[in-house]
Amino acid sequence: MTGSESLDAYLILASRFENIEVAERALLDLIAEASGSSDDEYWLVTALREALANAIRHGNRQDPARQVRVDFQLHEKTLRIRVEDEGLGFNPADVPDPTDPENLLRPSGRGIFYMRQFMDQVDFETTPAGGTAVTMVRRLQHIARSAEDEESSA
Amino acid sequence: MKSQVRDQNDVRIIQLSGKITIGSGDVKIRELISTALDEGKGKVLLNLSGVSAIDSSGIGEMVACYTTVTKRGGQLKLLKLSPKINDILQVTQLITVFDVFDEEAEAIASFK
Repeated sequence: MTGSESLDAYLILASRFENIEVAERALLDLIAEASGSSDDEYWLVTALREALANAIRHGNRQDPARQVRVDFQLHEKTLRIRVEDEGLGFNPADVPDPTDPENLLRPSGRGIFYMRQFMDQVDFETTPAGGTAVTMVRRLQHIARSAEDEESSA
Repeated sequence: MKSQVRDQNDVRIIQLSGKITIGSGDVKIRELISTALDEGKGKVLLNLSGVSAIDSSGIGEMVACYTTVTKRGGQLKLLKLSPKINDILQVTQLITVFDVFDEEAEAIASFK
């Protein structure tokens, strides 16, 4: 596809960790369609997995009857991913900084930090139903795969 | 995630491959470390050369294992990080927590 085209897709998933793989597959297909780089691939997948893990574990409490909706929007080489759960919402400001020395050895609490590191923009909002929606945006770095990319992904 | 375990001298070397992610690999690491400690192997070297991806749950589990091993008087060290996993340890500042090596012989020699 060319840079001026748009592509939208969405998935509705039951709250099971194995469904993260389904969403990852869809995202990889989308990145390939957009000729994203291997770096784009790696960090987008990482951020998506974190958002989904949070939605399934913390939002929907691993209740398969509760759904997670994932929206992908690719427009002018920018990929926007929105992950929405059916939980009770939360305030991301309440999550302590995992790089604070006193938190370094905590076994959890790095998911949002991961997302913020690997995406250009991350915003949280409360849905009308009271759940959480996180929107993550990344501008794809490379339009065409370089020979180095091809070699490293081989 | 897959694993291969062997002992060299008194060091338990655990070679991991695949994804260390929520709901699968993260739990497996805990089991491998628990087995090592139960078998009296408190010097543990995790070889991550075959790990393709690690999420925050996987990192969290490695941190929990580090704490468990240390509290039991042992040591847990890392071997052969991929550039991406190295990036992750850098941004999370966990690179300051773990001893990281590129060569197995050097890693084994570092255990006290």
